[in-house]
Amino acid sequence: MEPFVAELAKVEVEYPGSGLALGPVDLALSPGEITALVGPSGCGKSTALRLLAGLEAPTGGEVRRTTRRGESAVVFQAPTLAPWLSARDNVALPLELSGVSRREARSKAEQALDRVGLASAAGARPAQLSGGMAMRVSLARALVTEPRLLLLDEPFAALDEITRRALADDVLRLWAETRPAIVFVTHSVEEAVYMASRVVVFSRGPGRIAGEMNVTGPTPRPEAFRTTAGFRATVEAVSTVLAKGMETPA
Amino acid sequence: MKRLADLLAPLILIIALLGAWEAACRVLEVPAYFLPTPSAVATSLWADAPTLLTSAYNTLAMALAALVLASLSAQALALLVALSPILERAIKPLAVVLQVTPVVAIAPLVVIWAGIDNPERAIIALAALVAFFPIFSGAITGLKAADPDLERLFDLYGAGRVKRLVRLRLPSAVPFLLEGHKVAAGLALIGAVVAEFVAGSGGAQGLAWRILEAGNRLQTARMFAALVVLGLMGALLYAGLARLERSGLRWWRGR
Repeated sequence: MEPFVAELAKVEVEYPGSGLALGPVDLALSPGEITALVGPSGCGKSTALRLLAGLEAPTGGEVRRTTRRGESAVVFQAPTLAPWLSARDNVALPLELSGVSRREARSKAEQALDRVGLASAAGARPAQLSGGMAMRVSLARALVTEPRLLLLDEPFAALDEITRRALADDVLRLWAETRPAIVFVTHSVEEAVYMASRVVVFSRGPGRIAGEMNVTGPTPRPEAFRTTAGFRATVEAVSTVLAKGMETPA
Repeated sequence: MKRLADLLAPLILIIALLGAWEAACRVLEVPAYFLPTPSAVATSLWADAPTLLTSAYNTLAMALAALVLASLSAQALALLVALSPILERAIKPLAVVLQVTPVVAIAPLVVIWAGIDNPERAIIALAALVAFFPIFSGAITGLKAADPDLERLFDLYGAGRVKRLVRLRLPSAVPFLLEGHKVAAGLALIGAVVAEFVAGSGGAQGLAWRILEAGNRLQTARMFAALVVLGLMGALLYAGLARLERSGLRWWRGR
């Protein structure tokens, strides 16, 4: 097995006119690991995610990947579905773009929708779906290619608490099926500790890693995990590092 | 109930205005060549209906032909521009110059090029010129209006330029194209009428010619009758295209 799925090695990102936005950052993702990135707004978490996906190039350092094209998938903050396509066709899109025939892509899309509990909504358009359903379609679209690296950029930010929790459990359930490496950005420390096996805390810009914490606990997580002393202690520890990171001057 | 009120309110205002107009003309004994009464206009409308309808058809046919011409050329050019940024930089200034040049100023030249015997060709070309820009500009804006995260998704799966254009940018441009066509249809009609005025020939037998002809003979009621037909035709065309836009958007969004 490869030692890492993707790795940021002394990576820096500098935007013209606004100076260093991120780095230097070292972050390696092991296969099957769930990593949460937390930190204050503008600390470069989403930039780190885009670097890992290959959607942005660093201005310094190196991004190493063992994934090939189509083996990484991204779920964005908004569902980002094409309004003119049905849920089925939205989910089939990555496969079709990768050269899979329409028929096979649609069949796999239906299976992916079934996995997120939306088999009956395959023909619906995004405008006919609720926020939670649209996000599930987005998740199905990311999973349809059976990625080795799944990147989630604050995917539940716009959802209510109950839907957030249901979707977090969905992600963990789906992760258990194929065990891709997952990196997700979140503002919620509790969500990070509940879902991840490792929480990486970013400090205020230029974004750097202020601390890392491993989360021990059963996988998949039972709902009762949120009430355990270990969970509370980890949330407390991450919050402390986060508070320190927010004090770091820009 | 609200729909009835929406329909009745303008109708009552129109009837009141026409009533005031009729009364004012009669009381003040305004000469008919200066301002005919609405009843005289209605009589003229009834008497000239066959001629006016034929002319309305001619004008509409020329405007629609111009719209088709503008639509095809504007969209084809926008597609080329979308595929090549250099082409965009080259074409855009020319398109802007074309847009800000008044059609009346170009008309005599186009009439010469089309040939004096073919005024309808000149009218279609001029109306197409007027209708071109809203479609071209809508298409360019629409082709760049794709959701940036969807663009990233296409990057992630290595979609090429043509696939991106066909699967993402063209469908994203649909609402902008519908709006562009709605605006362009109105402009094509205006363009056709203005061009017919400038061509100054009866060869095309459109509504503008009817207005010119009646004006030259001081038959003001006939002028008004032609104007009424033109106004109604414009309103119907706009309403039809607005409806088409709504259905198009409903189809695009799925509701």
